[in-house]
Amino acid sequence: MRLGLIVNPIAGIGGRVGLKGSDSQETQQTALALGAEPQANLRAGSALETLLRHEIAFEIYTPPGLMGETAARQCGMTPHVVATTPADPSTAEDTRRAAQSMLEIPIDLLLFAGGDGTARDIYTAIGTKLPVLGIPAGVKIHSAAFAINPRSAGEIAAAYLRGERVACGESEVVDLDEEAYRKGCVTTRLYGYLNVPHWLHLVQNRKAPTPASESVRVQAIADDVVENMLPEWRYVIGPGTTTRAIASQLGFPKTLVGVDVYNREKVIALDVGEARLLELLGNQPAKIIVTPVGGQGFIFGRGNQPISPKVIQKVGRENIIVISLPEKLNALQGEPLLVDTGDPAVDESLTGYFPIVTGYREKVVYRVAS
Amino acid sequence: MKPVAPKPTPRRFHQASWDEPVIFELSQPGARGVLLPQVESGIEQEVGDVSSTLPEALRRKTLPALPEMSQVHVLRHYDRLSQENLGVDLNIDVGQGTCTMKYSPKVNDQLARSHKLADLHPLQDESTVQGILEVMWRLEQFLKEISGMDRFSLQPGAGSAAIYTNMAMVRAYHTSRGEAGQRDQVITTIFSHPSNAACAKVGGYEILTIYPDPDGYPDLAALQAAVSERTAALFITNPEDTGIFNPSIEQFVAAVHAVGGLCVYDQANANGILGITRARDAGFDMCHFNLHKTFSTPHGCGGPAAGACGVTSSLAQFLPVPTVEHDEQKYYLDYNRPHSIGKIRPWFGVAQNILKAYAWIMSLGAKGLREVAEIAVLNNNYLLKKVLEIHGASAPYAKGKRRIEQVRYSWEQLSRETGVHSEEIGYRAADFGTHYWTSHHPYVVPEPMTLEPTESYSRADLDEYAAILKHIAEEAYHSPETIHTAPHNSTVHRINPEPFDNPQEWAITWRAYKRKAK
Repeated sequence: MRLGLIVNPIAGIGGRVGLKGSDSQETQQTALALGAEPQANLRAGSALETLLRHEIAFEIYTPPGLMGETAARQCGMTPHVVATTPADPSTAEDTRRAAQSMLEIPIDLLLFAGGDGTARDIYTAIGTKLPVLGIPAGVKIHSAAFAINPRSAGEIAAAYLRGERVACGESEVVDLDEEAYRKGCVTTRLYGYLNVPHWLHLVQNRKAPTPASESVRVQAIADDVVENMLPEWRYVIGPGTTTRAIASQLGFPKTLVGVDVYNREKVIALDVGEARLLELLGNQPAKIIVTPVGGQGFIFGRGNQPISPKVIQKVGRENIIVISLPEKLNALQGEPLLVDTGDPAVDESLTGYFPIVTGYREKVVYRVAS
Repeated sequence: MKPVAPKPTPRRFHQASWDEPVIFELSQPGARGVLLPQVESGIEQEVGDVSSTLPEALRRKTLPALPEMSQVHVLRHYDRLSQENLGVDLNIDVGQGTCTMKYSPKVNDQLARSHKLADLHPLQDESTVQGILEVMWRLEQFLKEISGMDRFSLQPGAGSAAIYTNMAMVRAYHTSRGEAGQRDQVITTIFSHPSNAACAKVGGYEILTIYPDPDGYPDLAALQAAVSERTAALFITNPEDTGIFNPSIEQFVAAVHAVGGLCVYDQANANGILGITRARDAGFDMCHFNLHKTFSTPHGCGGPAAGACGVTSSLAQFLPVPTVEHDEQKYYLDYNRPHSIGKIRPWFGVAQNILKAYAWIMSLGAKGLREVAEIAVLNNNYLLKKVLEIHGASAPYAKGKRRIEQVRYSWEQLSRETGVHSEEIGYRAADFGTHYWTSHHPYVVPEPMTLEPTESYSRADLDEYAAILKHIAEEAYHSPETIHTAPHNSTVHRINPEPFDNPQEWAITWRAYKRKAK
């Protein structure tokens, strides 16, 4: 088996000294000046140590120096050094290049230590072409691509390399929305998906049946939506893997992080902005289909900004279809789904209870707040 | 003589593992368990050829493909299998929350095995089965008193069959009013018995599920948003699987009645409210009991189950046929019920369980039933306190409130701090000879564990179970590998359950196994 390891050595450096991230070089220098010590290598080492305790035969591939080689050697391993020459300190481009080269080997599983910014770089470089697992080491950890802690990353990697108890699925890569941030607004945005191994929760007794696989349950949601689609109506479908299943069911393409418009017969437009969307809707009856993105349960205002307050008002609350796997709702731990469209009046009009389609002829009546 | 050293806590355990073949593989041609004596010639002459008295169609052409074995080998085989098992009579079975694993008195098994019941046939004339009909009729009177309902059917063969029966009666009710087409939704809560959603789904209804409010109580505002002219019924459990009693149950019932829906009370877990609250008093139209839970007849999979459906007088016309009736002279079966949903299963109910439940109620009386609930609740709250003393465990929702008969705990903190998951605690619990259950899927409470100690367990039993959990929790912090690699002392292994959902991957008979195994 071949394991890849990429460490973003400066990830997390801003956190301990109270900065909100470590993405810009300016922040990194400020952090170092404030006496911050890099944590990413230690955390990568902790994950590797856990993995090594399982005594699985594998080879490790890393970029040179602090981008992985150092952590591997500190654990007593001799890595194959992937030939890239990172800058000092390494940059996002170095992370992307290293990930690219992992694709060429190819490795069986890529571990990376970093935060949301690193996850984005890995996604940009390799998309879902390799199984990838994040060792949380950054300041911002909103993406679902990370294990809960370095030790857990080691455990999941061990199980994956042994071919046991794990299955891969697409997990969200979310990060600060830089565009919004520049306008003075701190929100997250969905950037894409990584192919991440998860624990298969094996059940000991059969009182509880094994839940059907995620893809089957997403399909059931799509079946419900498609069965209820009306002729002549337009459907504005927001980003997400759950919403993508609806387009697949209809036999249409779907942009993963874009807003697309369909009717029952055809694709009307892909990846549209607000203006185009308003133009397409005209006076047509339309429905909006969205799914919570970004882990915090936002159904509007994160990743689907083209579905703007004007679009929502035009379509009307009663024509909004929210779909979600039940575990996404469970992960909210009782917190409501959220809306943040930028227009307080529209947000207010969306609060209250929504029937969320969670399966074929199955809905959860769930609270929405702004 | 030196005194015997005290046993450690938790006690050590090691289960037998026999590598026992399937009984068909043990067959030896010619081996016999019983050798019948030769028939004396006088008898033979008198009786003649016995087999010729059987109709041709009933005579075997080939011998049955049974394993050929001596008695001792059969006995040894099943004794070995029983040693690899973990039954309710062997372990402190509080770890199977929601299942109400109480003691089933052996005397009731003896009653059910008695030839007075075992020799009966359901096709016998009513006049010759007055005894069991009387038991059925009287059990119905008890259940009416316990629930406040007006009529019961004992026909369903299990709890979920009873819920399905109730669903069928809901549909019959709306059909009778010409509203069956309009009313296509059933409402339930996420912590209700999942069979509520499942049975309604099988019946063709769309399911609307209500999540709890932030305190863990069923969310009344969500219900009010969910009810409409499409509502056929509310199927709800109370107390829910969290052990929390719904304090606004009357408002739930009122909101559903206001839109013309029916309210169906799932009383699969009635153990904590027996003699304390009644379904009818809370305004419900229907309810059901699992005789094999609350009323101590052995559980499904540990023996045949039995369900009982209760309804108000206006819904009694829809009950399955036949009902058991009584006039001055006799007990009889009534099939003349034109609005009935028909039959739910063959015959009249699981007779041996009906007898056991009847005997159990008779042995306790009304005061005894209430005492059952009180001790079950006391035991549960004692165990709650013991478990919350364990580092890493918590009981989400309803902070500071007592629970009814069970608790859905969470090991979220322990899991976050150690990487050990709740399922793995279950594997490790098997190393101490005890059962452990997480929760239904999907996990709403993270890293869940559901314990229900019923009235059958002593304080020492509860202390022992809590000590096992404490031991495992400490292991999670000090040597998580021990748990990740468990079980070590049990025959229960980590198995991939996925093939169980594919009929091509399993066989429940030897014949099917031979056909499928390639």
